[in-house]
Amino acid sequence: MIDADSLAIFPIDQWIQDGVRWVALNLRPLFLAIKWPVENLLGFNDHILHATPFPVVVALTLLLAWRLASVGIAAFSAISLIAIAMLGVWNEAMTTLSLITTAILFCALIGVPIGIWCARSDRVWSIVRPILDIMQTTPTFVYLVPVVMLFGVGTVPGEVAVVTAAAPPLIRFTNLGIRMVEHEIVEAGLAFGADRRQLLWEIQLPLAIPTILGGLNQTVLTAMVMSVVVAMIGAEGLGLVVLQGLGRLDVGRAAVGGIAIVLLAMMLDRITQKMAEPKSKGASPLLEAVRHLLRGRTVGDRFTEETIPAAAKQPV
Amino acid sequence: MTERLKIENLYKVFAKDPARALQILASGGDKNQVFEKLGQVVGLNGVSLSVPSGAMYMVMGLSGSGKSTLARCINRLNEPSAGRILLDGQDIVPLDEAALRHVRRTRISMVFQHFALLPNKRVIENVEFGLKLRGVSAPERRRRAEEVLSVVGLARWAYHRPHELSGGMRQRVGLARALATDADILIMDEAFSALDPLIRTEMQDELLRLQSTLNKTVLFITHDFQEALKLGTRIAIMSEGRLVREGTPQSIVLEPGSEYVAAFTREVDRARLFDARSVMSEPATLWRGKDGIVVGEAAGGPGFLLDGQERVMGSVSDAQIVHARQTGEAPALEPEHVCVAGSTKLVDVARHYRPGLPIGVVDEGGKLVGVLGVAQMLARIANAPAPQDGSAP
Ligand SMILES: Nc1ncnc2c1ncn2[C@@H]1O[C@H](COP(=O)(O)OP(=O)(O)OP(=O)(O)O)[C@@H](O)[C@H]1O
Ligand SMILES: [Mg+2]
Repeated sequence: MIDADSLAIFPIDQWIQDGVRWVALNLRPLFLAIKWPVENLLGFNDHILHATPFPVVVALTLLLAWRLASVGIAAFSAISLIAIAMLGVWNEAMTTLSLITTAILFCALIGVPIGIWCARSDRVWSIVRPILDIMQTTPTFVYLVPVVMLFGVGTVPGEVAVVTAAAPPLIRFTNLGIRMVEHEIVEAGLAFGADRRQLLWEIQLPLAIPTILGGLNQTVLTAMVMSVVVAMIGAEGLGLVVLQGLGRLDVGRAAVGGIAIVLLAMMLDRITQKMAEPKSKGASPLLEAVRHLLRGRTVGDRFTEETIPAAAKQPV
Repeated sequence: MTERLKIENLYKVFAKDPARALQILASGGDKNQVFEKLGQVVGLNGVSLSVPSGAMYMVMGLSGSGKSTLARCINRLNEPSAGRILLDGQDIVPLDEAALRHVRRTRISMVFQHFALLPNKRVIENVEFGLKLRGVSAPERRRRAEEVLSVVGLARWAYHRPHELSGGMRQRVGLARALATDADILIMDEAFSALDPLIRTEMQDELLRLQSTLNKTVLFITHDFQEALKLGTRIAIMSEGRLVREGTPQSIVLEPGSEYVAAFTREVDRARLFDARSVMSEPATLWRGKDGIVVGEAAGGPGFLLDGQERVMGSVSDAQIVHARQTGEAPALEPEHVCVAGSTKLVDVARHYRPGLPIGVVDEGGKLVGVLGVAQMLARIANAPAPQDGSAP
């Protein structure tokens, strides 16, 4: 009988290690270039979130959640933040939040354009799609291996891992959203002489926004999960609280971290989910949400009904 | 009327490389043969037609006959495989993207079956759409959009969103959007097919009303022959990617030319389609005197007494004509008579009909240009050959 272990004649681990070492050595400028903006933006966000006094953070979150989502979600968000503070992990939570917000920014900056590109070219999509498939089926845990080899350990490499893991859903949904735009409407754009840029900005993107926001929601959740996992490569934040708790067999400490993570995750999920939900048929929620923010009142359909009441009575 | 749009030998094969399919078609093969041999779908198979300026040109045919393909080739939403599309004499098939965009922005606009309005924009922004693409300034295009919206009767709905409007109103917005660009050619692909019958009739009337003042060149796709008859100044009938019959509504119903076309014409209400001019016969002189002449149907019956300018002075009964012929005396004149214009539909002629009185067709100056026999009219309405002897069987 042949033994399974006797087949392991090739030093594959050695090869990979050599390969990665070579890449890390020779492509060092590339990784530094990737690391630099991540490091800076993350540092900036982290600084802001920690420097802002606790009541201000709660108040701003309340306002933002109210405008973007609803009163209920705003109340839930405020209570969650207060609870996190009461658990005594406020600083760690702010670190995690800075990891997530930075990741959202990078994902949007990278993911949306790639998604658009995929939507416009079947060839690009046929290349990107299998990559996304692999990335999304890979356990988040496995991301850490190449990241450590190429970027080292710490919070910044952790953030690189978060962005890498969180970008795929946004790419996917952006591509899907644009491709799903009703064919006849796209043709109407072409028939009236839209060029590619106008087609994108006047028709495809506005109509894809609900789907893209759905992708954003997925991205936020993935970023949340990943921001905890990267504690294993030395990133700070709530994940580290749990990890330390486990390491010291301090169940209480680990549980505190866990509860804070759940609260933060639920808060972010509810807000982004509500954003993706169309408020009135046909109106794109993001634009509507921005208007809410700017004008401080419900615009949309109520506006027209107040100002032009007679219109409703006009016969067909 | 000048020729605005001319299509010469247009082919469309849905395939990356249509060369072989075109060869088969050129050597007399048809859509089915191409599909059997190559598995490629033929949309258009050598279509030629010419649309005069100001026409309501109807393209009609069964599902899959290539109507939409034809419409979409004209603004090159479908890229023609071969042939020429002449817009005021200029071929638009070889135009590059920028030139094509210019044509789409300024010369040809389109109305869609399912309206294709932007759901996230207000009605007025939808109407402005074409002007925005063209780069017209915001106040200017808003002014123009308001103007067009009031033309289609939707001024009060300007700041609503499309989903608040009914189907008919949405299509008015679609129409307004197409009119706002001032393009002189309007392509309407089944524009009213998604509307329920009453609204549809209303929109047809609206289009006729608009057309009477705007005088656009309209290419209207429909699979409804009644609609084609009602709106069309000319009708082209398609089958399997070919144009099988082309002409005025009356001429097509009169001479379908093939069983395929005849099938459409069978249910047509002929009394509302045909007018007096299409049935009238040349007045025959029945009696000549020094005060004037009496004319009527060659087969006999009552006639009209005409003055020197061929204007109708009154009618003369059957018996009086016979009497005058025999005695040479002037026939007794009756002031009552029935005269209609050439464009009067037969259904309205029937309303004027009075037993014993002849029916004449007069021009604007009151000159008699033809006479109408009851038997001929009935034969036309029944789609039977006109009786030669003038008497009903
Ligand atoms: N994009 C396409 N790819 C392949 N075949 C097509 C395409 N568009 C149309 N066809 C085919 O071309 C033929 C003509 O289609 P077209 O849409 O012009 O018909 P139509 O007369 O408008 O029919 P309908 O009344 O159903 O709208 C059909 O056989 C159709 O299957
Ligand atoms: Mg069609």
